[in-house]
Amino acid sequence: MENKYQALAVNATKARLLAVQMVHDAASGHPGGSLSCLDVLTTLYFHVMKVDPKNPQDPDRDRFVMSKGHCSPALYPTLALRGFFPVERLKEFRSIDAHMSGHVEMHYIPGVDMSTGSLGQGISTAVGMALGGKLNKKDYRVYAILGDGEIAEGQVWEAFMSAAKYKLDNLCAVIDVNGLQIDGRTADVMPSEPLDKKCEAFGWHVIKIDGHNYDEIVKAFEEAAATKGQPTVILAKTVKGKGVSFMENDAGWHGKAPNDEQMAQAKAELEAKLKELEG
Amino acid sequence: MAEKIATRAAYGNALVELAEKYPELVVFDADLAGATMTKGFMKAYPDRFFDMGIAECNMVGVAAGLSTCGKKPFVNTFAMFAAGRAWEQVRNTVCYPRLNVKVIGSHGGLSVGEDGATHQCIEDFAIMRAIPGMTVLCPCDGNEMRLATEALLNYEGPAYMRLGRLAVETVTDSIDGYTFEIGKASKLAEGKDVTIIATGMMVQMALKAAEALKAEGISARVLDMHTIKPLDEAAVLAAAKETGCIVTTEEANVLGGLGAAVCEYLAEACPVPVVRHGVNDEFGRSGKAEKVLAAYDLTPEKIAECAKKAISLKKVSC
Repeated sequence: MENKYQALAVNATKARLLAVQMVHDAASGHPGGSLSCLDVLTTLYFHVMKVDPKNPQDPDRDRFVMSKGHCSPALYPTLALRGFFPVERLKEFRSIDAHMSGHVEMHYIPGVDMSTGSLGQGISTAVGMALGGKLNKKDYRVYAILGDGEIAEGQVWEAFMSAAKYKLDNLCAVIDVNGLQIDGRTADVMPSEPLDKKCEAFGWHVIKIDGHNYDEIVKAFEEAAATKGQPTVILAKTVKGKGVSFMENDAGWHGKAPNDEQMAQAKAELEAKLKELEG
Repeated sequence: MAEKIATRAAYGNALVELAEKYPELVVFDADLAGATMTKGFMKAYPDRFFDMGIAECNMVGVAAGLSTCGKKPFVNTFAMFAAGRAWEQVRNTVCYPRLNVKVIGSHGGLSVGEDGATHQCIEDFAIMRAIPGMTVLCPCDGNEMRLATEALLNYEGPAYMRLGRLAVETVTDSIDGYTFEIGKASKLAEGKDVTIIATGMMVQMALKAAEALKAEGISARVLDMHTIKPLDEAAVLAAAKETGCIVTTEEANVLGGLGAAVCEYLAEACPVPVVRHGVNDEFGRSGKAEKVLAAYDLTPEKIAECAKKAISLKKVSC
């Protein structure tokens, strides 16, 4: 099972290394939630989505919205590794000398389908893109990743209602359930459980998976694509800070950059993982 | 007597009229289609109309996403909720990414009348104008609204347009040489002593004020400033230089809107006396629209009084 998706694991590990590196280099950014969603995101861009890095505005492409727009350190490296722009550009992250914004931005970064950052708003735009697919009679699919803290925003549920109303089965949202947000445990800050029942009650098909298990991730996207007449939401249980031991399950790493020493340790851990994967 | 039609009604008619010519036009509403007058479009083009329920923030976001798929979405609700409730969505998800979404705020100003302060939006000019890159329109009558709606369909990028609830006299169709262009003021009356710069339904009041002033021997120019942003600086500068003082009039708070825009510009370009007429930084109240307007001094008489004050200030040195 792991071998089957070894290439995905390799890419996700490379992306994690780039994510931590760019946050370190910028001395600011959001590593925790970026690391947690990277297995899902890598699977989307390297296995599921129809995209062409040479033609990022292809009207027939699948679309992706990073509704939790602070997780640019997940999306930018993924797009770079997928070939949308050179990996070297990640050095521009959060720098006034360039245009690689702290939160996901669509005009300067090839491959980005929507600017996001203010939580709860990205999912609405994904609904709009899915609606556009239906109106234009295109068979592309639209994906969005939301944070489990983000879903406290009422707009998310407005968007969920509207996607169900228009039977947007070309829309698949993933909630990255890492259980932590800035002020602590999501269960303490604003409890969202039972999340599956809430999403079902809003008219969505719900799939619960381990968000770090490629077999489950791939199958969930296949099930979403096969689901007709309603949108699908994948509740992906993840570990915030996944892949860097001292960041894992620590809300303190939501929006903090590692220092040089921490960077060296993170790098050593992720390079060891990469070596192990590549044999 | 010229035709009377509310700008919201003219807008609703225009949507239907322009639908065939602009197949990419799609219309959103938030459970107010009867009031915002998008109902006609809803009936004629049900496949291009989306009622998003009482959820304005999501409506703006869905329209933003749809605009990236080649559609031209017009989102409709009351000004209070278009500019107020969904302000941050308009700011972050429409204006910052420069998406082609038109935000239409119906029932602007105190002339909402009976519904009272919660629905009388007087801040929309200020808060929409404050967003970088935003275009802000407030046409004055049915003729101008029809032209503005088509202009917006041909304008690529974010824009906000305010509509009014009350039926108002159509004046622009009978003015020689009248044309509509976004960002260009329309001169409705020539004058040399003072310029009244008006927007929305205050334009008709400004024309009445100019008539009254004329009877007193005062020659007032009237500029219809249907575009509050970008401000037609050339027209404002010419008015300042040629008439020496200005009155601005708007059915909105005097803070941050048209009057503020004119003052900001003239303070740097050509300081002349400017008297701002509008709502004096207070909430509205319930009442018959005409009585509410009168209670807040939104009348031709008050505009004329402001004009005389502006003229008197020409002689003041401070």
